[in-house]
Amino acid sequence: MNFIPNSTDQRQEMLQRIGAKSVGELFSDVPENVTLQRPLDIPAGLPEQQLVRHVRGLAGRNADLDAYLSFLGAGAYEHYIPSFVNQLLLRSEFYTAYTPYQPEISQGTLTAIYEFQTMVCELTGMDVANASMYDGASALAEAGLMACDSTRRNQVIVSQTIHPEHREVIRTYLYGRNVEILEIPYANGVTDLTTLEKLISSKTAAVLVQNPNFFGSIEDGASLARLAHAAGALFVVSVNPVSLGLLKAPGDYGADIVVGEGQPFGNPVSFGGPYLGFMACKEKYMRRMPGRIVGSTLDRNGKRAFVLTLQAREQHIRREKATSNICSNEALCAMAFTMHLSALGKEGIGKLSRLNLQKAHYAAERIAALPGFQLAFPVPYFNEFVIKTSLEPAKVNAELLKDRILGGLDLGRFFPELQNHMLFCVTETKSKSDIDRLVSRLEGLR
Amino acid sequence: MRGPEPTIFELSAPGRAGMDLPELDVPALEVSDLVPEGMVRQAAPELPQVAEGDIVRHYTRLSNLNHGVDTGFYPLGSCTMKYNPKVNEDMARLPGFASSHPYQPEELSQGSLELMYELQRYLAEITGMDRITLQPAAGAHGEMTGILIVKAYHAHRGDKKRTKVIVPDSAHGTNPATAALCGFETVQVKSNERGGVDLEALKAAANEETAALMLTNPNTLGLFDENIKEIADIIHAAGGLVYYDGANANAIMGIARPGDMGFDVVHLNLHKTFSTPHGGGGPGSGPVGVKEFLAPYLPRPTVEKNYAGEFFLEFDKPHSIGKVRSFYGNFGVAVKAYTYIRAIGGEGLKEVSENAVLNANYLMAVLREHYYLPFDRYCKHEFIITPKNFKEQRVHTLDIAKRLLDFGYHPPTIYFPLIVEEAMMIEPTESESKETLDQFAQALIEIAGEIKENPQQVMDAPHTTVVSRLDEAAAARKPNVRWKKTS
Repeated sequence: MNFIPNSTDQRQEMLQRIGAKSVGELFSDVPENVTLQRPLDIPAGLPEQQLVRHVRGLAGRNADLDAYLSFLGAGAYEHYIPSFVNQLLLRSEFYTAYTPYQPEISQGTLTAIYEFQTMVCELTGMDVANASMYDGASALAEAGLMACDSTRRNQVIVSQTIHPEHREVIRTYLYGRNVEILEIPYANGVTDLTTLEKLISSKTAAVLVQNPNFFGSIEDGASLARLAHAAGALFVVSVNPVSLGLLKAPGDYGADIVVGEGQPFGNPVSFGGPYLGFMACKEKYMRRMPGRIVGSTLDRNGKRAFVLTLQAREQHIRREKATSNICSNEALCAMAFTMHLSALGKEGIGKLSRLNLQKAHYAAERIAALPGFQLAFPVPYFNEFVIKTSLEPAKVNAELLKDRILGGLDLGRFFPELQNHMLFCVTETKSKSDIDRLVSRLEGLR
Repeated sequence: MRGPEPTIFELSAPGRAGMDLPELDVPALEVSDLVPEGMVRQAAPELPQVAEGDIVRHYTRLSNLNHGVDTGFYPLGSCTMKYNPKVNEDMARLPGFASSHPYQPEELSQGSLELMYELQRYLAEITGMDRITLQPAAGAHGEMTGILIVKAYHAHRGDKKRTKVIVPDSAHGTNPATAALCGFETVQVKSNERGGVDLEALKAAANEETAALMLTNPNTLGLFDENIKEIADIIHAAGGLVYYDGANANAIMGIARPGDMGFDVVHLNLHKTFSTPHGGGGPGSGPVGVKEFLAPYLPRPTVEKNYAGEFFLEFDKPHSIGKVRSFYGNFGVAVKAYTYIRAIGGEGLKEVSENAVLNANYLMAVLREHYYLPFDRYCKHEFIITPKNFKEQRVHTLDIAKRLLDFGYHPPTIYFPLIVEEAMMIEPTESESKETLDQFAQALIEIAGEIKENPQQVMDAPHTTVVSRLDEAAAARKPNVRWKKTS
């Protein structure tokens, strides 16, 4: 099936109108020495019936969270998404549209993105948000670059309690622009303020932290902000938006730029993507922000309407002087985020946060009460926590798998000093009996 | 056409909610014992309070205010707005894909890894490259990845003088923006009268400071650069690498491959060429392909296959540029591209390109008597016309674009490429019928008639859309980028 409607006769008719003898003639400007002289080595096309069977076969070789009980988080979170979200995302007027360049016929996407920006501002306590970034990691990296541009400094301080993959993305992005990175270690599962105080200087453009951090721990936002601002640096916070129904908005403890991984709202874990990054900042940094921004304006008849705005920052206008090269972002994922948050609403977001907090604490306390297991860090946490075990995490997880349980992430993978440490995540999707099942399996390992 | 729709916030009423959450089934602890006082939120975020039915009706109405490929013809140049097969959407939503966690064990992710491995193999075959990464999330992200690979390559060889990236004056804006993001200076070279790179200008620009040339072929004029081999040779002789911007790959599948033209690095746009839809501005996917000598610099992890036929993720890549995104890229988009390629097959991909080029040349042939054609030669998948012949009537490209809205079409890409005054860049794609092309041409011909007889009709367009000619200057001058309650 090639989805081409024209018949052979029609093609002939079209060639006649063009004045060409064959389709091959239309390619006469492709030099012989670069023309492919053989068919592509790709299997022949499949009728849809066989295609679906084949692709289902591939999908069937994966574990999925409907069939397994999962306590994995670490940047990809399982939350319940209402059915209507998926059905609305399948409105093809949304998903088969391009970036809304023609506002007259794109008010659907534009209005939804304006709503998305508003929700991100409300959650984070910031003045302005953009239309989304590729994911939480690249949003954090671009926030680092944005801080360098805003302060005209060339060094960022990165806490080691940021997701290790996000730190790697920061390193890659900042390598491009030759920005210096200083990493600060953690103490008791949170950013070590003493080291930060020693390292920060008038060269520092920004302090980057994650809160709740990679270990699930709640950072001391106000103290971090104070240290950053005392050096004239910007304070950049990456947040899990689910925590913001309960935890203070970063804007209320001094953040200048707030980013995060938006996946937890509206987007399935999907083997790591597509997700969306969100990015928000104080108004004074608005014109340094990368990405699309939707604004409200009037049309020529005085009707309110939405449009892409502040485009003088962007690559198609500014070319090499643009704030970033980003153009396509994650509009449909941002729409899913907006729909899910609309369903939760002002009351529901708080309730969701509390469910995550309470269930994680129930699980953590029960696991830590087992012999051979203990909570690694004595600090407050949200919906993830680190357990130190006397057994090898690989063995623990192999045993759990026998009961179709995906256990916590083996932290030795990212932190050599954290062998025998596991990161567990418990969201509202886990019932008490799910947690009890995990605990009794762990108990049986002794 | 329906009137404007209020925002979701304006539909809010206290006490409503769009979903129920389960009751707490574990013993409740005091929040004040769990969260430090200074970190507790004092006031709830002002999210809307709306019932499920309100939400569904709101977004359904919003969808009615959008034009997508499924609504009508969308000849937006350089964006390849082809039909998006519905089976793609179903496949990406299979629980084995959509509900699989990126950190679940590799042995429980064999289906996903096999899909990624095979998709990489297909894309390598299509582009003539040796290795592919699926990690970049969009075309511009792929450009960044590719140019960072170039940077890492030169740095690894100790070749420190290479600080410049050459782009033709017809390049996409992302090319110079990418070069800057990666710490390079941009050098622009002009086009020749055939619409290709001016070889003399290129020779003068290429030297020991050249890190790379970024090129689209067919270029943004829709023209294949016949000198492509020579262009690559000039850059290689100067010690630079040649980067292929794959935005226009829909013209050449199965016909010519960037790898055989001399390109060292390419990116593709799965949301353009491989129908994964564009989503109103993402999610996209911008895989990058490289020749073998650049493979060590690819982002990690790469997807590999061992002798037992098992698939695994390789993280141990000491020369890798690192990561450009968390996990493994926009995997769900990769599922759609894989589904598309398997539906069409190798032969089918060639038919796609042949028909994309046939459709473009046909439309150009129909329109050439009515509009100005800056480059009169066979085009590839897209072409440019301008209203230069209507200078007297003072009708601009923007007016024609807006008038097309009244006929139910998405306009072409306008005012790009920058080297053609008042450009309208038309890309019909292969998935449109002759009838659709004829109707669209008829609309443009009718508009040409209006310009001669009643230009005001065109200059006041659109007349039938829900809103018309927005005040963009006011939007930028006093930005209102979030909703606020007005009492």
